[in-house]
Amino acid sequence: MGVIADSVNTGVPFSWNPIDDLNQLFAYEFMRNAYAAGTAAAIAAGVVGYFVVLRSLSFAAHTLSQIGFAGATGALAAGVDPLYGLLMMNGLGATAIGLLGRRQRGRDVVVGVVLSASLGLGLLFLALYRAQEAVPVLVGDVLGISAHEVFITELLAAVIVVAVALVYRPLLFASLDEEIAEARGVNLGLMSFIVMFILAVTASVATPIVGVLLTFSLLVGPAAAAATLVSTPSRAIAISVALAVLYMWIGLAVSYWVDFPPSVFVTALAFAVYVAARLIPEVTGRRRSLSPSLA
Amino acid sequence: MTEASNFSWNPVVDWQELTGHAFMRDALIAGTIAAVVCGVVGYFVVLRGLSFAADALTHVGFAGASGAALAGVSPIAGLLLLTGAAAGGIGALERYLRGRDVVVGMILVQALGLGVLFLRLSSGYSNQTYALLFGDILALSTHDLVVLGVAGAVAVSAMVAIFRPLLFASLDGEVAESRGVPLRGLAIAFLLVVAVAVAAATQVIGALLAIALIVAPAASAQRLCSRSGLAILLSVALALLITWVGIAIAFWQPYPVSFFITSLAALTYGASRAVFWLRSPRMVASRPRLRRQEAI
Repeated sequence: MGVIADSVNTGVPFSWNPIDDLNQLFAYEFMRNAYAAGTAAAIAAGVVGYFVVLRSLSFAAHTLSQIGFAGATGALAAGVDPLYGLLMMNGLGATAIGLLGRRQRGRDVVVGVVLSASLGLGLLFLALYRAQEAVPVLVGDVLGISAHEVFITELLAAVIVVAVALVYRPLLFASLDEEIAEARGVNLGLMSFIVMFILAVTASVATPIVGVLLTFSLLVGPAAAAATLVSTPSRAIAISVALAVLYMWIGLAVSYWVDFPPSVFVTALAFAVYVAARLIPEVTGRRRSLSPSLA
Repeated sequence: MTEASNFSWNPVVDWQELTGHAFMRDALIAGTIAAVVCGVVGYFVVLRGLSFAADALTHVGFAGASGAALAGVSPIAGLLLLTGAAAGGIGALERYLRGRDVVVGMILVQALGLGVLFLRLSSGYSNQTYALLFGDILALSTHDLVVLGVAGAVAVSAMVAIFRPLLFASLDGEVAESRGVPLRGLAIAFLLVVAVAVAAATQVIGALLAIALIVAPAASAQRLCSRSGLAILLSVALALLITWVGIAIAFWQPYPVSFFITSLAALTYGASRAVFWLRSPRMVASRPRLRRQEAI
């Protein structure tokens, strides 16, 4: 991304006039595209991330983010849009984890094997494609978002949010108290599968912007901070979405002026806010449990 | 590397081809060290449910190595140093971290972010990126090999030294603690050994893929046999087999070593699941309850 960003940036440096800066930020179509797709992806990640934290799915979320490496490089090798490759590989990964890791115990092994196997596959695709540049795939590329991709990202983000809204009650119930939920007739296996697939789609839409390596930070960072700060699920989800969108906006803006991938700033922000969120209750002496109560 | 030699069906000729180059001998030695360390350490990683922590350590290793490259120090030194520090922290907090995978996830992702930042600062992205992330076993220096050998020997000796209490603590922590086994000290010591295994595996197949060598052979071995000693031997044997076959295939095929090793690892694990599934009615009936639960 360096070459293009440099040539774009040479004209107007960062000024301390916010209106000029905003005008400049949105002067180019690729930045408008990146913001549109980034915001949609961040909203989806903020919502889904809450369930990742609640259900202790960090390792699976991390894996479904990195599986995208095989998806994106495979799509490059096959000459199709990376988003389709991402959706396909993430879907396969979610199926594998869902089928083989049905039990909590030992799931981490399945996840680890799927993770390394898919990264190895991505490496093969890279060799087949003879690509020198895996870096945009790994760390994200704000310049690579086409108007078509913006549309699909927004569509998928909407589908994700609607899907979560549809299964919200039983999913929350199953996540908070498996046994009681099962006794009341909630299908736990089905819930796990639904979560895995929603997670897979979310990772797919975030990956083109944030990159394979750090999509996970957008999934888990805002939600982890939110779950530490408030215990009511709906509020936590709202805060999680707000934080995710904020990180994304700041990350994109900074990466526009400093020629660094946005993922670096998204990650740093996510970590700093999380640490602060953990420290605030320690300092003020109020302690909250990470998981909300059923009431 | 394929230009000179073609695969023949004569094993003697192939063996001579394979070991005829200095870089191939180095690669096989490094692979062997890594496989032995990972095979032994992996058994306990799987038994203790530390796959995610081990994966986080590989990413910390990535940050360490790229940071060392930025500072102009030997990457393997940075790798061992930072992974060791993180391992000490995770070990000290292991009990607290159980069930709090978010904390591990945040450490992992921050390490990755730092690693990406260091790489961006040091060289832009170069071949070094690929070597770090995906491994470059054919380009190991003698220095790397010596460090790897010493670290591997230390790690295996440490495992032998703490083997009995560690097994006891991993199988039944509460009873072990009541018998005076220092759980926290043991967890820290073990995670330091995991750090060495991570560093070794990173040298062979790269930071992103290192988890394959640690988890897959050990998990397969635990599926296939329930006795600890045998399972560890099987785990080492599988790790060696996966590594050697992977390196050998990559010698004749133009595709990356890491791809073959991770694919073989996944196939091995899949096969072990299939065998376990085929045998399961008999196994479940005959196994004691604790054993059945620990089989991953």
